[in-house]
Amino acid sequence: MSQYQALGGRILTKPFMVLGLIFAISLYFMFERFVTGGMGAVSNLNGGFAWGIWVVYDVVIGTAFACGGYALAIAVYVFNKGQYHPLVRPAVLASLLGYALGGFGAFFDMGRFWQFYEIFLPWNWNFNSVMLEVGLCVATYILVLALEFSPALLEKLGHKKLLKLLNKVLFLFIALGILLPTMHQSSLGSLLIAMGHKVNPLWQVMHMQPLLALMTAILMGFSIVLFEASTVTVGFKRNSETHMLSGLGKIIVGLLIAFLVVRFGVLTFQGKLGLIFAGDFASFMFILENILFVIPLIILLSPQRRAQGSKLLIAGVCLLLAGSLYRFDAFLLTFNPGLGYNYFPSAPEIMITLGVIAFELMAYILIVKLLPVMHREEHA
Amino acid sequence: MKRRNFLKTSLGGTVSAAAALGGTVFSGTAQARANLEPAPEAVGMLFDSTLCVGCKACVTKCKQVNDMPPIIEGDHTAWDSARDLSGDTLNVIKVYQNGNRATKDAEIDGFCFEKRSCMHCVDPGCVSVCPTTSMQRNPITGIVTHHPETCIGCRNCMVGCPYNVPQFQYNEVFGQINKCQMCNQKGVERIDNGQMTGCAEVCPTGATLFGPRKLLLKEAKQRMAVKKGDIYQYPRGDISKPDNYYEKEVPDYKQHIWGEKEAGGTNVMHISSVSFDKLGMPPLSERSAPSVVEGVQHTLYSYLALPALALAGLTYTVKQNTSDHDDDDGGES
Repeated sequence: MSQYQALGGRILTKPFMVLGLIFAISLYFMFERFVTGGMGAVSNLNGGFAWGIWVVYDVVIGTAFACGGYALAIAVYVFNKGQYHPLVRPAVLASLLGYALGGFGAFFDMGRFWQFYEIFLPWNWNFNSVMLEVGLCVATYILVLALEFSPALLEKLGHKKLLKLLNKVLFLFIALGILLPTMHQSSLGSLLIAMGHKVNPLWQVMHMQPLLALMTAILMGFSIVLFEASTVTVGFKRNSETHMLSGLGKIIVGLLIAFLVVRFGVLTFQGKLGLIFAGDFASFMFILENILFVIPLIILLSPQRRAQGSKLLIAGVCLLLAGSLYRFDAFLLTFNPGLGYNYFPSAPEIMITLGVIAFELMAYILIVKLLPVMHREEHA
Repeated sequence: MKRRNFLKTSLGGTVSAAAALGGTVFSGTAQARANLEPAPEAVGMLFDSTLCVGCKACVTKCKQVNDMPPIIEGDHTAWDSARDLSGDTLNVIKVYQNGNRATKDAEIDGFCFEKRSCMHCVDPGCVSVCPTTSMQRNPITGIVTHHPETCIGCRNCMVGCPYNVPQFQYNEVFGQINKCQMCNQKGVERIDNGQMTGCAEVCPTGATLFGPRKLLLKEAKQRMAVKKGDIYQYPRGDISKPDNYYEKEVPDYKQHIWGEKEAGGTNVMHISSVSFDKLGMPPLSERSAPSVVEGVQHTLYSYLALPALALAGLTYTVKQNTSDHDDDDGGES
């Protein structure tokens, strides 16, 4: 008997239909974007802000939200923390959906979507390009995630032989599934280097971009596991997984301290500490962002608070906000391409992103109800 | 057993963590490459803001050569109202104004004109960031060209350009990136045919001067060396074979040739009597951003050595740790 179970239950619940409605509205704007009007008709993208929320939210932040599978894989398979194993499969599903839809987001944003395949042709490759690394690596990782998740489908369909074969080689894909996000999540930071002066000095740390991006990605990965596990516990009325989550809280503390040390160390080294208190918009955002990093640190430092589900959830949400804000700040909010350029996403642009998120949530709900994803409870 | 497990875990953990994080940390101290040097026969333009009278003949000529429609604003159909570069405008003239705008080329209470078009960087950001090699720097002439046939429209060139030069045609479903290619793109090839750029050809005052980068740089330095108010022979057209010269008093030049050194230098250089930050030029240091980012990328990914090493370490560790869990129905995921 499998350790995992499908949750079952009615599919067409009210929340599911609300999500469906949001998705349906976004389809209208997608039609406008791809068929009748083009990108300019639905978005506020312009010559200075070539990347808006489709890149920065859907891809740069969305894939960090989808790092749960990656973070857990590091804990379980690299540091041999087997006790977190029950959390892995739902996290891999969330990662698969998050990354797949990050891929869709990239497609909406692709100005010349009809020839997207040009990036996969080796004779076109520019090995100096960070974007090349991101594109190829994310595409490969989506396939790896699909393979990592496929046992759930194979169990459901009863393909015993194929399942056995897959399990024999799965370790290879797990290893790849740790390497690939390490590569492209750090590269998402490297994208900022080439933007030079357009990135605010508090975020433009040049060589250290990849390290900071990677650390926030792993932090957000663990946080999303905290968040998902707590939400699923409440939403699907399952037993609490707090005992497992408090251990994750401890890992987050270590990582968070390392991140803050590196970040402030770099700013000190580059002589930018004064900018934090400059009193302008960037300094305000920087302080806000770091408050959101420090709150979870304070919460999680105490073993008592780590044992409380509600405190873990607050810490997780704070960290997700902090990590998102870190990326929003660097890529959009304090991004300054020069005089005369402004950007705020248009309503259709936001609707398309919301539609993508709604679709992701619908797929998650559908799959955990139909396929053996959640760990079987000991006394249900 | 416990001890063995401990050793395995710490070994494997160390290897992969070191490979994963160490690579990025290492890049902090890695030697990035130097800025690229100007191409051997680099051609460019010298824009002298003090000579520009704002007639915008260059804007019109540019649209003719590149077969692009004028931007019409309101009822003003008599002239091209383009205010900035766009998918349909590769060259614009902008105006600087201050106070009562009484004196040309004065920073205070004055005005002047500034040209915006591709600077044809010596170490171009757009070329460095493009994943599909759709931006290319000609190895001989240094001209930066765009090749839409392989472009996926990721627009990294736009954010990677310090001057916001590459522009996407947002208002078309099947749009493309456009930028000045110094009139030498396929089907135009003015430079290859011994002609000069359209904008330089029609410029009545020689404010836009075409020619080899070396000669242009020399010319700019010469102008700066002349005392303010002295008479100087200003050439028009192509500096290597000027159509003609005319005499004019030398203005109060700022001692700064924009593009001599900025971010590795540019083939299109500007001189002016109003400082460049007022004319909207970006705050650039001499080091080019591509030289930094390529240093990081090549430290991490050269021959895929670090990723391969990390993968080997990870595979070993994961293999060890998955056999530890050992569940009957598999289900590692």
